[in-house]
Amino acid sequence: MEKLLEEFSLGLFFWQTILFVGLLILLKKYAWEPILSAVNEREEGIKNALSAAENAKKEMENLQADNQKLLKEARAEREAMLKEARELKNKMIDDAKGEAKQEAAKLITMAQAAIETEKKAAISDLKSQVADLSISIAEKVLGEELSSNAKQEKLVESMLDDAGLN
Amino acid sequence: MRSKLTFKAVTFFFFFTPFLLMAKGEAPKTDKKSEIKAYIQHHLQDSYDFSLFSYTTAKGEHKYIGAALPVILWDEGLKVFASSKFHHGETLAEVDGNYYKLYHSKIYKTDAEGTINYDDHNHPTNAKPLDFSITKSVAMIMITALLMFFLFKGLGSSYGDNKGVATGAGRFFEPIVLYIRDDIAIPNIGEKKYMRYMPFLLTVFFFIWFLNIFGLTPLGVNVTGNIAVTFALALLTFLITNLTGTKDYWKHIFDPLGDSMPWYGKVPLYIILIPIEVLGIFIKPFSLLIRLYANMQAGHIVLMSLIGLMFLFKSWLGSPLSFGLAFAISLIEILVALLQAYIFTMLSALYFGFASEEHEHHDEAHAH
Repeated sequence: MEKLLEEFSLGLFFWQTILFVGLLILLKKYAWEPILSAVNEREEGIKNALSAAENAKKEMENLQADNQKLLKEARAEREAMLKEARELKNKMIDDAKGEAKQEAAKLITMAQAAIETEKKAAISDLKSQVADLSISIAEKVLGEELSSNAKQEKLVESMLDDAGLN
Repeated sequence: MRSKLTFKAVTFFFFFTPFLLMAKGEAPKTDKKSEIKAYIQHHLQDSYDFSLFSYTTAKGEHKYIGAALPVILWDEGLKVFASSKFHHGETLAEVDGNYYKLYHSKIYKTDAEGTINYDDHNHPTNAKPLDFSITKSVAMIMITALLMFFLFKGLGSSYGDNKGVATGAGRFFEPIVLYIRDDIAIPNIGEKKYMRYMPFLLTVFFFIWFLNIFGLTPLGVNVTGNIAVTFALALLTFLITNLTGTKDYWKHIFDPLGDSMPWYGKVPLYIILIPIEVLGIFIKPFSLLIRLYANMQAGHIVLMSLIGLMFLFKSWLGSPLSFGLAFAISLIEILVALLQAYIFTMLSALYFGFASEEHEHHDEAHAH
């Protein structure tokens, strides 16, 4: 301890303190503060850049997901539209078929009815004409045939035969 | 490759120069052992001139190669003169009618004949004028301060010029600055308050480290192995610790048990505890100053002694052996130079951490 005290030099202590404190003040102003603030700034910058990159990545992912979703929706929509169109087509065809069938059936029945009435009319017309014709023929024949009994009988017979044929 | 060779050459130059100095320093007729001892003693002490080496001519005359430094004394007025006036203690310096003698690396006021009076313990009783000389250590401190200032100012301004990327020689020190911030200051002091202590921690770290390293060069200036220097550094740690101490810091010293005990229980304990805590305030920085001083001093003594052994052995076996040992110790000393700077900074940061502790921290400690 005594040796330490003897070694202690007041002058050196004085200069050391003055010089060190001076150095501390100068370095604080001209070195440590600029260095630490620059380093802090740089670290902040790096941190910000990293988080910005992270955000961009997330946004990108979101966009991609959105795109995927849109694509999916579009596909589904197309599918639905196609399906609908197909159904519509089938329905239209079916409807048309049904209608056509109905129309045809209607036409056929109408034609049949018309044919029936025409037939009836023709038959009755034919009947009346045949009756007229028969009467006129009968008149003529009667006029001739009834001139003799034999002939009259023959006529009746033949007429009966005819009537039986009819 | 070329730079590697140059580096090796420089290393060898630095390494061999002390041996050369040693060889030149020896005087042919005196006892070698005591001469080496005196040489080591002389080396460890501060000196008034920046001597590189000395030798003795064939006529027995001492020749010194080096530069004189200014001697500044306060003895009823300021006295300034060059240290060359002492002729390395061989002559008296006469200034304004006063005579000063350099005796065992200290300046004493004497009469015209230069008589030194001794007391019973063989200590000189002559008056010692107040001495503010620019000694070798002061000169080295100035050189280191200038070097540090330009180095770190360069580093500081290189950020602005270069978009936040360091350039130049200072670049090498940026990771160390960051290390001190991230691994010394922030863990010990805390995120909130560390900025206040950073300038001191950084300055003290690089100051001690650089001076330690300079101490290993052939210039051999043992600045950090000087009690006045380490005392000044530790004193700053002491002042900063206690001047920035929070309420909790002082409460921890004068009321360490807090509310965990009634007052009548605390009184007998505090009779012992408070003096211990108060003593602790002084012991902490004192340990800093002794540790740095003793480590650097011891390193220099061991290294110089091993170098000195070479001249004592004078054999094919002994001398190379002590050469190898000296080489190994030199390498260890490089590590010690860094380690001591780290320890001083680390412990200062730890003490600042105690001083700036906050209340919530205190509660946490109680919760355990």
